[in-house]
Amino acid sequence: MDMPTTTKKKLGIKEKYALMTRGLDWETTYQPMDKVFPYAKFEGIKIHDWDKWEDPFRLTMDAYWKYQAEKERKLYAILDAFNQNNGHLGITDARYVNTLKLFLNGISPLEYMAHRGFAHVGRQFPGVGPRVACQMQSLDEMRHAQTQIHSMSNYNRYYNGFHSFPEMLQKVWYMSVPRSFFDDAYTSGPFEFMVAIGFSFEYVLTNLLFVPFVSGAAYNGDMGAMTFGFSAQSDEARHMTLGLECIRFMLEQDPDNIPIVQKWIDKWTWRGIRVLTLVAMMMDYMLPKKVMSWKEAWEIYFEENATALFNDLARYGIKMPDCAKQALIDKEHISHQAWATFYQYSAVSNFHGWLPSSEEMDWLSAKYPDTFDQYYRPRFEHWAKEAAEGRRFYNTTLPQLCQVCQIPMIFTEPTDPTQICYRESEFEGDKYHFCSDHCKNIFDDEPEKYVQAWLPVQQIYQGNCFMPDADPTKPDFNPIEEVLRYYNLQNGRDNMDYVGSEDEANFRAWRQTSTQN
Amino acid sequence: MADNVFIAFQTSDESRAIVEAILADNPGTTVDEQPAMVRVIRPGSLTIRRETVEEHMGRDFDLQELQLYLITLTGNIDETDDAFTLAWHN
Repeated sequence: MDMPTTTKKKLGIKEKYALMTRGLDWETTYQPMDKVFPYAKFEGIKIHDWDKWEDPFRLTMDAYWKYQAEKERKLYAILDAFNQNNGHLGITDARYVNTLKLFLNGISPLEYMAHRGFAHVGRQFPGVGPRVACQMQSLDEMRHAQTQIHSMSNYNRYYNGFHSFPEMLQKVWYMSVPRSFFDDAYTSGPFEFMVAIGFSFEYVLTNLLFVPFVSGAAYNGDMGAMTFGFSAQSDEARHMTLGLECIRFMLEQDPDNIPIVQKWIDKWTWRGIRVLTLVAMMMDYMLPKKVMSWKEAWEIYFEENATALFNDLARYGIKMPDCAKQALIDKEHISHQAWATFYQYSAVSNFHGWLPSSEEMDWLSAKYPDTFDQYYRPRFEHWAKEAAEGRRFYNTTLPQLCQVCQIPMIFTEPTDPTQICYRESEFEGDKYHFCSDHCKNIFDDEPEKYVQAWLPVQQIYQGNCFMPDADPTKPDFNPIEEVLRYYNLQNGRDNMDYVGSEDEANFRAWRQTSTQN
Repeated sequence: MADNVFIAFQTSDESRAIVEAILADNPGTTVDEQPAMVRVIRPGSLTIRRETVEEHMGRDFDLQELQLYLITLTGNIDETDDAFTLAWHN
């Protein structure tokens, strides 16, 4: 049957975009514009013509609703099917579930923070084009938080460690790494926020988290994570385009903006790289079936991509950040250094630890021929021997943290992988510690901001991470157990080794019942 | 040699037709198949033409429908009703 056709001319995409994102604004009369948009100028960015802003996707609100609704229908159809068919029993191994614990606790609440952040900066930009784009992004980010929570709530019915994610983000020691990244972005001005989230979080971070890691989730049989991950990243593709558009827009509006933008790019590239340490470890150590190494993912999604991007931005006088040189060296090391740290501290983590098997170590040797056998295999083999002899090593000394990225001082000197890298600065008579030159530079540029950092180790030592009824003067006071109680972490259940855990035992039993009566 | 642009899609019947259309219109494109996804890569630029996608899909296609299958991309975007182009300007 032929559908009836109308003779009315349909608007082209460019006309439609112009009509729906321009002329929606007015000059205020009874209040000056500077008071209506109080944050638009303090960062020093000069904008002369907001109408020069153009969303590369030319997405209008009607098209946005139409396609987002369709994405949601697809996503929930897959989630429902996955859950209805006990999809969690089809994953390769319940060790995999620990990546989701990290994800739900450390990443999903950041999506919610991004929602709040874009609602905020959308209000603060004097131009209509970016305001419309920020509104869409704000809604996208809310959707990501919701779909991730929905997807992982199914795992919460069967596995430990998912029960208290909003609280854990605020309290658990290593969660201060992703949380402080977002707090740093959220407390900056609107233009810096766009570089922090639109460029660093979307272009540097999510491209590695939601593409190779999520492809790995699919490879390990998790249709739930695959569908929320790819569905989110399709929005992120729009977001990173928007972030880059914002960068170009600032660069084209006034030459005075160039050094400010360069500084933010340098800072936020490094902030993003440091947070990615967690993703590096998820890919190399936590996926039972490995899709590609962290190093390979980094080469495709950062090195190749960033080189092309910075070649493109060179016409504005923007250079590749200096920290990329260190990242080039660090890609051989960070996943091993991070997993070794979590192995030592898994008594105080809300997911399980384990040592790589000999097959996994052979895979790591093949993927990291210049570093794994030389620097990391002996460490894991030593711990395996210790554990076999009944001396499983749990580190009970709290580590020194970097004042900026808040990661324990686990990273090595770029020139010597046998030496821990320490840097320090003095500010108003106090000494502050850093994991790298780049974190030190970030601090030195804005010390007043970073001296306020809430550092979990210092907070524990100051007695701020105990429940109100804890009494440190009691003779049998056990500080570690009290900190776990404060974290709402169930000692012996959510933490320590995967081998021997309730998760391991349950998964084995349930998997058997799924094939037998 | 020009830097690569790429675009990645979730694997599906629709994205298979889109990838076929890209290969038909863009000589020198390579295809990288990964679990649940496919990434197409080309030096310099890459164009998705609506008409070619429609031929391969056997139905009308609005280029904004790409949003449904897209995972990620790189390069500067220029989108019209008839073509979606990714390119580096260097």
